[in-house]
Amino acid sequence: MKTFNTPEDPVTHLPRRLFLKQTLATAVLVGAGGTTLFRPGWALAAEWPKAAFEATKLDEAIAALFGKVPLASSTAVKLKAPTQAENSAQVQIQVQADLPNVEAIAVFIEKNPRPLVAHASFTGAEGYFSARMKMAQTSDVHAVVKAGGKLYTAKQNVKVTVGGCGG
Amino acid sequence: MADIETKIRTKTQGGVTDVMVLVSHPMETGQRPDPKDKTKKIPAHHIQKLNFSVNGKEVASTDLGAAVSKDPLVGIKLKGAKSGDKIKVTWSDNLGQSGSGEATVG
Repeated sequence: MKTFNTPEDPVTHLPRRLFLKQTLATAVLVGAGGTTLFRPGWALAAEWPKAAFEATKLDEAIAALFGKVPLASSTAVKLKAPTQAENSAQVQIQVQADLPNVEAIAVFIEKNPRPLVAHASFTGAEGYFSARMKMAQTSDVHAVVKAGGKLYTAKQNVKVTVGGCGG
Repeated sequence: MADIETKIRTKTQGGVTDVMVLVSHPMETGQRPDPKDKTKKIPAHHIQKLNFSVNGKEVASTDLGAAVSKDPLVGIKLKGAKSGDKIKVTWSDNLGQSGSGEATVG
């Protein structure tokens, strides 16, 4: 009882409030700056490859992403895409790499204004990636797989029809 | 800003788990003209990073471009995932927005 009614009570109250204020301020700071604080860590792990995504030519995009490594066409890279896309804004593309030590898979659409669509790097998952993609026009779709430091590719032509009528 | 939903679905068959993630994101390319003002273009707004982790360990990290369709549905496969494993997907876009979703392998 004595401790509750001591004259220091208002004094202890003040630092407590101050403490509360400070913790709140820190919480707000962490909340607001959370993304920026996390960026450096992400940058170390893997920064979004801006140059590769902004390249306008297929070979430039591949070089920007993987460096100038020779490409080998391989049947182990299985690219599943429709031969004719009815909706060019939703083209389902799947890439399966039946290779050991798959490090990354990238998908390029040659005639898109920016060929690189997506890039996935694996640290435990299987060599598989799928997504729906937008296509500007009829084009070759290229899958590039990095496995054991080498690049393997497969390609397929996807025809984009306007108005949904194949022809 | 409206919350952007992140949904995850898993399906295990023959030791391989399919993980599908659906983010309801506009994925604006920055090339489309604004319907209200034809001289302007709708600014780009798309997911850049989408990372998958299992029980806190990162298994795949993907970089997406603006050419990925609206409401991206991204799939990966896992081998040897056990029932009860926690899958977490986190993403961030070019405007600094981010989100995440979690699911348990069934």
